Amino acid sequence: MKLIFERSRSGRGLGLLPPCDVPRCELPENARRTGRPALPEIGEIDLGRHYTELAKQTHGVNDGFYPLGSCTMKYNPRINEEMAALPGFTGIHPLQEEQTAQGCLEVLYRTQKALGEITGMDAVSLQPAAGAHGEYTGLLLIRAYHQARGDLARTKIIVPDSAHGTNPASAVMAGFKVVNVPSDEHGFVDLDGLRAAMGPDVAGLMLTNPNTVGLFDPNIRTITDIIHEAGGLCYYDGANLNAVMGIARPGDMGFDCVHVNLHKTFSTPHGGGGPGSGPVGCKEFLAPFLPGPVAEKKGDTYAFAVPAQSFGRVRTFCGNFLVVVRALTYILSLGKEGIPAAAQGAVLNANYLMKKLADGGYEMAYPGICMHEFVMTLEELKKETGVSALDVAKRLLDFGIHPPTMYFPLIVHEALMVEPTETESRETLDEAAEVFLKILDEAKNDPENLHTAPHRTPIGRPDEVTAARTPVLRWKAE
Amino acid sequence: MSSYIPNTAAEQKEMLAALGMTSPDELFSVIPKELRASELKLESGKSELEVRRIIEGLASTNTRYSAIFRGAGSYDHYIPAIVKTVTSKEEFVTAYTPYQAEISQGVLQSIFEYQTMICELTGMDVSNASVYDGAVAAAEAVLMCQERKRQTVVLSGALNPQVVQVIKTYCASRSIPVTVVPAKDGGTDAEAMAAAVNGETACICFQQPSFYGVIEDAEALCAMAHEAGAKAVMSVNPIAMGVLKTPGECGADVAVGEGQPLGIPMGFGGPYLGFMAATQALMRRLPGRIVGQTADDNENRAFVLTLQAREQHIRREKASSNICSNEALCAMTAAVYLAAMGPDGLEECAKQCYDKAHYAAEALCVVPGVELVNDKPFFHEFVTTCPVPAETLNKALAEKGILGGLPVEGGILWCVTEKNSREQIDALAATVKEVCGK
Amino acid sequence: MNTPNTLKYSKSHEWVKELDGGVVEIGLTDYAQDALGSLVFVNLPEEGDPVTAGETFADVESVKAVSDVYSPVTGEVLEINEDLLDHPEYINEDPYGAWFVRVGNVTEYDELLDAEGYEALCASEE
Repeated sequence: MKLIFERSRSGRGLGLLPPCDVPRCELPENARRTGRPALPEIGEIDLGRHYTELAKQTHGVNDGFYPLGSCTMKYNPRINEEMAALPGFTGIHPLQEEQTAQGCLEVLYRTQKALGEITGMDAVSLQPAAGAHGEYTGLLLIRAYHQARGDLARTKIIVPDSAHGTNPASAVMAGFKVVNVPSDEHGFVDLDGLRAAMGPDVAGLMLTNPNTVGLFDPNIRTITDIIHEAGGLCYYDGANLNAVMGIARPGDMGFDCVHVNLHKTFSTPHGGGGPGSGPVGCKEFLAPFLPGPVAEKKGDTYAFAVPAQSFGRVRTFCGNFLVVVRALTYILSLGKEGIPAAAQGAVLNANYLMKKLADGGYEMAYPGICMHEFVMTLEELKKETGVSALDVAKRLLDFGIHPPTMYFPLIVHEALMVEPTETESRETLDEAAEVFLKILDEAKNDPENLHTAPHRTPIGRPDEVTAARTPVLRWKAE
Repeated sequence: MSSYIPNTAAEQKEMLAALGMTSPDELFSVIPKELRASELKLESGKSELEVRRIIEGLASTNTRYSAIFRGAGSYDHYIPAIVKTVTSKEEFVTAYTPYQAEISQGVLQSIFEYQTMICELTGMDVSNASVYDGAVAAAEAVLMCQERKRQTVVLSGALNPQVVQVIKTYCASRSIPVTVVPAKDGGTDAEAMAAAVNGETACICFQQPSFYGVIEDAEALCAMAHEAGAKAVMSVNPIAMGVLKTPGECGADVAVGEGQPLGIPMGFGGPYLGFMAATQALMRRLPGRIVGQTADDNENRAFVLTLQAREQHIRREKASSNICSNEALCAMTAAVYLAAMGPDGLEECAKQCYDKAHYAAEALCVVPGVELVNDKPFFHEFVTTCPVPAETLNKALAEKGILGGLPVEGGILWCVTEKNSREQIDALAATVKEVCGK
Repeated sequence: MNTPNTLKYSKSHEWVKELDGGVVEIGLTDYAQDALGSLVFVNLPEEGDPVTAGETFADVESVKAVSDVYSPVTGEVLEINEDLLDHPEYINEDPYGAWFVRVGNVTEYDELLDAEGYEALCASEE
């Protein structure tokens, strides 16, 4: 389809601003730009149609099943959107005097308290703008803590080999060296490997639980004890919190700080890749180091405060506030009963779908009860038929199903990672299972149809090699 | 109470039965008993109507001003109706990152168009798909400029102080030394900055217009950095780019900025939009996602996430940035805003900001004791002295529904945009006269 | 698979060619480029950089992966093949022409294989 620039016609536009009602004055000549930016000149109807056409070529949660592992693509309730669009929030300047923004401050305060309770932490900062930003913030807390004690030798962060790539990348950004520890045959942390990595240079551990293969590590207390005995701290990556919220709390597992993804667990939309929000929670002894400001309650009023030994800021103002409004709306809707019910629903749906696929012939990387997601391995299928995880993923597109996460975690070959979430109905799972099994059948009888899939999407497989070798990253006028 | 779970209790029981289970607790049998949480200390779940009442109640306790003369990093501009219509389309709102290109062409093309517009706005060669906000964009840009033999950073003291704080955080954790050169006359102290730059300097960073509204001699600052072998990072206000010399024209290596003025509501601070653009030479050092054009197997034009091997999910601990989620929907918002405004609309918006700010400055400076603090050209923000405590003045303004300027050292930092009518500016000046003229 | 007899090979799939004056050329083997698939970028060291036998000195990117390239020798980079920066596809098209670096002042060699030994190694990895 056309680019918006290709729809542009000189002189077209919208009537948005009134004529200037003050005397005009001249900008100094040497400060002026030469030439105009080549922005589109377009009427409102064509602008609207352009984006409607783009929307038709976009698959969102509201378009169909979206079992993208590790991304928790649950339904984004409409009430959240309406609340975040209230002019009493959108029209508030972040530097307004605190007494004129008490409603905003209360939103922050109540969300901090609720997330603290759900994660078992004592203090929360809502400043980080996404999960990776939260990881970075949590690691800076660990760094600030060790430095405040004068312990400068702790330079290493332990990361399991199954971890998401952001974990090691965040650790390096926070100034640490990364030590990978192996996983055992169940995908759990190898305890002997972990013990062997301990020493006076260990600053901490980063872990998800359930882990990246969708299993709850039953040794979690032993793991956090090993780290604590060595003088390190434990960081909980909240990517998989949806499996256990209200069921088990990171704070009770021995973690000292956490981040949660409001755009996964707390139902705020992903927006095609953001904005998210990655609040960080911590135990009392780390609270003085949190980035500021955080919301506090004094008597009946709310105020901002900067923690005493704050390591600084990670973003302007107080974070992605309107995302926080959505999350608070969700937390109030679910309440103390709905939060564990959502986790239970997520785990039930995952196990239900896993059983159907396993019974139908898909090979599970880790058979048994899973948490909110499960990982299949197509390694044997590929050997037998030549059909890869990529081929299966692409064929799913033809049936209006967003494929599972592919080729992750790295420790499983030809991996497909499936996370249905609690907001899907049984019949959606049943229908999806039928599609998966039909594709398995095709793999055995008509593999070529899978190698060339998808067949019914707006475009076929794109040439990613050319895209990367000779990057075309912007449109240019001919 | 709702968990947005469609399945009834009876259906869930049947699903459990299919797994050979009788109780949902069996799903969690692997979790040691002592780790099972007791009931959360939260309120009971509520109906949609109850939740609406609570949240609307919170929103209604905030003060909404009819006229806003405060900026300092968050700006009150007119948002065209079409912007909200487009960006609330469910497909865009509820999609994930466009990893599956075949069913994500809409999001991918919108980012490609956004990248193009950011390049046009800044005069740079390449743009990424966005980062969290303007401050993080500046911090990431500073990290992009690191060389093995050049690692120190020199910041202008006329940068937004919150941006300075974020850059310091990002640099501290990588042990990168940062020098802040105190501002002079509301802008960068060019001489002092030149003295601070040496053979170890990786880059300088300054803001156009400065935090205090001053139009910087950006060309000279970039040239100074280059003479010393360092790079120049320029943080720009995107509306000002409708009229001001672009970072590309000034010779900047990286252009960044806060994209909030481009159709994104103030929203008490977020979500906002960090935009980043660079010269071709620095293309591969840009952090985060980038969309590129290619073709599919039938030679149709297609868009994909590209240059991915730079990123954390592939490069892991060797990645230059950990960014993953960005601000995609905010980037789309900015693109729709820029398309709605067009080149003429953007230029007119920037001019009106400039004209109205100068009209307001003149009107305010009629009042005895109110004077411009800096003798420099300014865009749409400026600092005046205030003969009474700033809080007193702002309180009096608030009573008339006006959000006054931000109290800063030496006076008040005012901001005027195209949204402020002459009537509003006159009312502002009248109240200032009333309070300060006594 | 092409494995010229005139070259030596490392176990990590680099080839080494001895030039005059004690200078060696280093590149990626045909087996390696085939396993990595279409390469889209290569990160090279700078002239004058030291390289150490058994340690990484460059990396190559395919669309969805990045792989380290290890130096089979200890020495100093005299020259880099700048053509590869614009044309990473040369590594796929002509692996033994697409040298990465020329290294001088060589003080140490990693354990290297001849063509026969290298082919046996590749066969065992299949």
